[in-house]
Amino acid sequence: MSRPTLLTGWGRTAPTAATVVRPRTTEQAAEALAQAGPRGALARGLGRSYGDAAQAAGGLVLDCTELTGPPRLDIASGEVTAPAGTSLRRLAAHLLRHGHFLPVVPGTGHVTLGGAIAADVHGKNHHADSSIGAHVRSLTLLTPAGRTLELGPDHGDTELFWATVGGMGLTGVITSVCLAVRPVETAHMRVDTDRTADLDSTLELMERTDQAYRYTVCWVDLLARGAATGRGVLTRAHHARITDLPAPLRREPLRHRTKAPLAAPPWAPPRLLNRWTVGAFNTAYYNAAPARRRGQAQPLGTFFHPLDAVRGWNRMYGPHGFVQYQFVVPFGQEETLRHVVEGLARAGAPSFLAVLKRMGEPTPGPLSFPRPGWTLALDLPAEFPGLAGLLHGFDERVLAAGGRLYLAKDSRASAEIVHAMYPELPAWRKARERTDPEGVLVSDLARRLKLV
Amino acid sequence: MRDSLGSVRTVLLLGGRSEIGLAVVERLVRQGAREVVLAARGGVEEVPSALRALDATVHSLEFDAEAADTHTTTVAAAVDLVGDLDVVVDAFGVLGEQSEYDGDPLAAARSATVNYTGHVSVGLAVAARLREQGHGVLVVVSSVAGVRVRRANFVYGSAKAGLDGFAQGLADSLHGSGARVLVVRPGYVATRMSAHVDPVPFPATPGQVAEAVTKGLRSGATTVWAPGILRPVFTGMRLMPRFVWRRLGR
Repeated sequence: MSRPTLLTGWGRTAPTAATVVRPRTTEQAAEALAQAGPRGALARGLGRSYGDAAQAAGGLVLDCTELTGPPRLDIASGEVTAPAGTSLRRLAAHLLRHGHFLPVVPGTGHVTLGGAIAADVHGKNHHADSSIGAHVRSLTLLTPAGRTLELGPDHGDTELFWATVGGMGLTGVITSVCLAVRPVETAHMRVDTDRTADLDSTLELMERTDQAYRYTVCWVDLLARGAATGRGVLTRAHHARITDLPAPLRREPLRHRTKAPLAAPPWAPPRLLNRWTVGAFNTAYYNAAPARRRGQAQPLGTFFHPLDAVRGWNRMYGPHGFVQYQFVVPFGQEETLRHVVEGLARAGAPSFLAVLKRMGEPTPGPLSFPRPGWTLALDLPAEFPGLAGLLHGFDERVLAAGGRLYLAKDSRASAEIVHAMYPELPAWRKARERTDPEGVLVSDLARRLKLV
Repeated sequence: MRDSLGSVRTVLLLGGRSEIGLAVVERLVRQGAREVVLAARGGVEEVPSALRALDATVHSLEFDAEAADTHTTTVAAAVDLVGDLDVVVDAFGVLGEQSEYDGDPLAAARSATVNYTGHVSVGLAVAARLREQGHGVLVVVSSVAGVRVRRANFVYGSAKAGLDGFAQGLADSLHGSGARVLVVRPGYVATRMSAHVDPVPFPATPGQVAEAVTKGLRSGATTVWAPGILRPVFTGMRLMPRFVWRRLGR
C-alpha cells in the first residue's frame, strides 16, 4: 500500500488522509475493494462535492477518474452508455458531435458520471426535468463483495437502484451508467435575462415565468441591504434552434468551442473575499447585467458552467477554504427563504455565488436532495466569524419549514438535524445493508452524519 | 470527525481533572462536541460541574501516567467508548516544589516520569491511533517553563523542555498523515496545581488558555502561547545572558 494522501472536498476544509488507488477497470476496482481494511473504502470522482462526501479518513479511496472509455451513443433509443469515471464535460462534448445533449447538467462539467448519480445532481432545468436520476435507464454497481449488479428504475433490485441514486457512493461503486439523452439542433442556448430590484420581485418573476422555460436560474446579491435585499439577475433559456442563431453561427451549429480555462493563482491570502471585495463585485456584476434582454444566443459552456472558465477558483477563498450552503424549502415557505437571505445580508456574510432556483418533481431516491420548492445555494469563507452559529440557526428554520440540506454540499451540519430532514434514512440503510452487510463503504460525511 | 468550521464530535482528556484540560473540553463541547472521555488515575467518578449542564455524554476512564505499559490499552479503551478520537488533550502533570525535589531525588524522578515519560508513551499510543484513523489533533500542554529552564523550578522545567521537544518531533512525524499536534505553551496559570506559586507577570486563567487552544485548533496552528504576549517575551528571555538569567529570583 502506498503512502496516505490528504484529501478534501472542493471547499478545501477538514483534510483527512486515505490510501488512494486508481482502478482503470471494474476488475481492478473489485480487487482494490477486496483489500479494504477496517477503516473501509469509498469511490471518489473529480472531488467537486464541497464537503467531506468523497473522503474516507484512514481508509481506501478508489479514485475513479481513470475508469473511462469511449461512450456508446444509441441514437435510435436516445441513450448513451459510458464508464462512470467519464466527466460530464467530456460526455457532453461527445454527445454534441452527434446532435445530442445531457438531460441534466450541474453547475460544473468537472464531475464524473458516477459522482453525478451518487449525488443525484440537478441543474437549471430541475423544475422541468427533475434530477439526473430520473434519466438513468440503468447502471452497473460493484458491491464490496465483488459482485456486479445491473440496476434500473424498472428492472433488477429497484429499491437498491434508488438507494444508489443520491446514495453518496455508500451502496457500492458505480462503474457504468446508461442515460437517456436529448436531441439538440445547436450548441447554443437562447437566453432571456432580467434584472430584479428586490427579493419580492425576484420570487414573483420566477414564479410567474418558470414554466415557460426549460432552464431558469437566478443569481442573488446577498450583500445588498435594505430595499435592495434579494435583488438578482434572472436568466432563463431554451436550447437554441438553428433559426435562433445569428447567420455566422448557422454554418456549424453544433460546433462546441472550449476555451482554455484561465487558472486561479495557486495561493490567495486569507480574507481576500470579504464583505467589501465581494460587495463591490456583486454591485458591479448586478450593474453590468442587462435590465432586460431577450433571445441572446449563448454558448452552452457560458450558460451552464461560467465558473469552469477559471480553473481552481476554489483557491480564491484562501487557506481556510469555504463552505457551501444549499437548502430547499417547499413552496409556501418563502418566509424561511426571506429569513435566510435577510440574515445573511444583516451579518454581512460575503457570498458572491448565491443562486436561487425553483425545483420540481423529485426522484424516489431516499437520500436524493431535490424536493419541490425553492432552493438557495451560496458559498461563504469558512473563516467568517460566527458562521457555525449562523448556519445552525438556518438549519433549524429550514427543518421547521419541512426543508432539507444537500448532502453533496454539506460539511458542517449536525447528524440530528440531517436525520430529521431525511426521514427515509432507515429505509435507505436497509437497502444498503443488502449490498454492504459488513459496512465496508464509508465516508467522512457518513461518519460525521451517522448515515451508516 | 472535525467539520469544516472546526467543530468536533469526540474529545479525550488525558489528565481528566486538569483545570486547563477541562476548560478546553468545556469549550469544545460548547462548540458541538458530543462525547467526552475523562481519563485519570482512579477514573473521574463525578462529572465536573462545568460539563454537567452541557449536552454531551461524559465517560470516565482509568489512566495512570506512570504505568506506561497500560497506555496503548487506555487509548484503545477510549476508542471503544466513543469511536474516532477527534481531539485528544494531553494535560496531565505535577508541579511540585523545587526545594523539596532538591532533598528528595526519588520524588523528583517520579515527577519527571509523570511530566515527561508518561507523555512519551501515551503520546505515541495516541499518535498511532490518529495515524490509523487518518485525522485528529493531539493537544499537548507544554509550558513556558520548558522554553528556557530556570533554576527556580528546573526539575519541572526540564521535563517540560523534553515534552515540548517530543511534541514538536511528533508533530513533524505526523505531517501528511491527516493527524496533527498542537503544542500549547501557557505561562503562569492560576489553578489548584499552582496555588503554592507566587503569581508572575502575564498570568492566565484556564479559560484564557482554553480560548487560545480552541483558536489554534480552528486556525490549524502548530503552537499557541497563552497569553500570546509570552511568545515575544520568551524570545527575549532566550537571548538573556546566562549570568543574568541565573540571578533571576524565580
